[in-house]
Amino acid sequence: MRWLLLKDLQILRRSPLQAALLVLYPVLIAILVGLAISRGPEKPRVAFLNEVPSGARINVGGQQLPSANVKGRICHRVECVFVSNREVAEQKVRSGAVLAALVLPADLVDKINSLSTLTPGTPKVEVLVNEENPVKAELVDDRVSTLLAQANLAIAKRIAAEGGHYLQLLIDGGDFQVLGQTVHILGMRTAARVLAALEPSVPPALRPSLEQVTRFATEARDNLDVAGPLLDRLAQPIEVDKVRVGGESPPLEVFAIAVAATLTLAFVVVLLVAGSLALEREENAFPRLTRGLVSESGLLVEKVVLGILAGLLVTLLMLAGLQLFVPLEWGRIGLWLAAILAGGGALGAAGAALGAAAREVRAVSLLAFMVTLPVAFLSLVPSGTVSGGLYDAIRILTAAFPFKPALQAMTAALDSAGPGIGAPLLHLAILFVAYAVLARLALRRFAAA
Amino acid sequence: MRATGIVKRFGEREALRGVGFAAGAGELVAVIGPNGAGKTTLLSILAGIARSDEGTVEAPGDRVGWVPQQAALYRRLTVEENLLLFARLEGHEDPRASVEEMLELAGLRERRGEIVARLSGGNQQRINIAVGLLAKPSVLLLDEPSVGLDPRQRARLWEFVAALAGGGTTVIFSTHDIQEAERYGGRLLVLADGEALFDGSPDELRQAVRREAPEAADRDFETAFVAYLQHRGH
Repeated sequence: MRWLLLKDLQILRRSPLQAALLVLYPVLIAILVGLAISRGPEKPRVAFLNEVPSGARINVGGQQLPSANVKGRICHRVECVFVSNREVAEQKVRSGAVLAALVLPADLVDKINSLSTLTPGTPKVEVLVNEENPVKAELVDDRVSTLLAQANLAIAKRIAAEGGHYLQLLIDGGDFQVLGQTVHILGMRTAARVLAALEPSVPPALRPSLEQVTRFATEARDNLDVAGPLLDRLAQPIEVDKVRVGGESPPLEVFAIAVAATLTLAFVVVLLVAGSLALEREENAFPRLTRGLVSESGLLVEKVVLGILAGLLVTLLMLAGLQLFVPLEWGRIGLWLAAILAGGGALGAAGAALGAAAREVRAVSLLAFMVTLPVAFLSLVPSGTVSGGLYDAIRILTAAFPFKPALQAMTAALDSAGPGIGAPLLHLAILFVAYAVLARLALRRFAAA
Repeated sequence: MRATGIVKRFGEREALRGVGFAAGAGELVAVIGPNGAGKTTLLSILAGIARSDEGTVEAPGDRVGWVPQQAALYRRLTVEENLLLFARLEGHEDPRASVEEMLELAGLRERRGEIVARLSGGNQQRINIAVGLLAKPSVLLLDEPSVGLDPRQRARLWEFVAALAGGGTTVIFSTHDIQEAERYGGRLLVLADGEALFDGSPDELRQAVRREAPEAADRDFETAFVAYLQHRGH
């Protein structure tokens, strides 16, 4: 077997372009996937046109509210591109330079202020969009809805805070400014105290009425004390309290590295094993070899070993490279090796089954891509993001190919706080046996043809 | 080598129908016949590549060398690397010495370091045969060895094969080239539609033509052969 291994390595060395592509392509894909997963979506660019006159403030009950910093909150969520007029905003949306444009019209603050009058208007903001494709339209709708919800929340919180302040003034009393004049408010608490102090000097016939007023002042104070927190909750009545009931997820960086490493391992091993097995047939060497020089099973074992060795080398190199960006626990290298060897073995057996099923290297390479790439992406679909029936189908499909268990093994090997590696290793062992049997049968069928 | 009552079926179709023959040491046997006659199938069964459905093959142990029609070589390896790989797989005690011997025999010592893909078809075929000879066979099976070769390359190939037969190796080859079969085959085995129609020397075949298709007996060997087939209903 070692002579066949040596021969395959010599052939790889003689094909530097193919060897480089075999390594570079999966590494490139892996890095792109890793980046996409670990960095999350970039901030979308949104043109921001503020036509509200400077100095305009929102009033509640004749009082100007301090700024709710709506612009700051929006521009924290998106990359704001400030524009000076509507034409520029439209041009940027039309050209695709920005995802959308948000226009705050000049009468926005007036409309908001009218909400506390007898003739309330409807404050509106304008969103300019270029719905050139349905995905983009959906994305814009989601983003704009979120932004407006956040802006409304910010304003509501500020109004609630001001309302709470006035309530407190009614309860406790104090000073506030109206038209530049300081007005003193007695407050319910003090009023009740004053009424209680007056009670002895009031004629007995009037005392029941005074007691009623005193009780009212006391009850009003107590109830308004409760109203303060209620007003606070009005702005954000529901809070999220997340409780984890299962599925310990690894840190995102670790998962991204596991995905990148497993993708690399899968492509290198499957393509190499399938391609080198098909090459034996394309070069007409298969019958010559299996005439007694090497058994069909021996040939399969040699190809799988070749795939495992190449996969091990490339995956370890990749992990070493990723170490530059994310610290890895090299003390767990034993588990890494177990994951790579088990994953490489099962993926190699699957590659051998593919290689034995086709006659030419090109056809086999295409087949390997057509199988590996979709399965890899399907393996990354989380539960709950698609319908239950579809997810069950995906789960069965991905369980039948070694990518997902190899990813689970790699994640477990990289994440010290994650679940154990035993179950995915067992899964890989079962798949190894199943695919080895399939490959052997496919090879026998080919030899007989 | 002796084959008796060989039958091979591919589904409903019978590719070989009870073919039998024997070849002694140093004999050069040409298997000839039209397309689809069963020449390659017969050689594959003799080589142990394919299994017959009926019949027996008696061969001298594992000392049967096989040279397929298309060169079974690794085109990205050099001439020397190919020979060394197969010498090692054959389990030779001194594989490098075997490689030197085969390079000498094939006359390709100067081209040992060349990538096989860059060699001419004739030279690839010589390496192909040399690999077949690494097993030190007492019987060598060649499936259409001269296909794609120019006349000069063919001449060199047959000189090479004749030298092997002269050394005692039994050589059984298939060919489409009837003139070549007449010239180099000491014996001819004529197959048509899976049947063995004739087994004998070229002279004996011409006598058979004289008996069965006298109008073509004095024509060239290929025309006489075609007339013989037609007379036999093929």
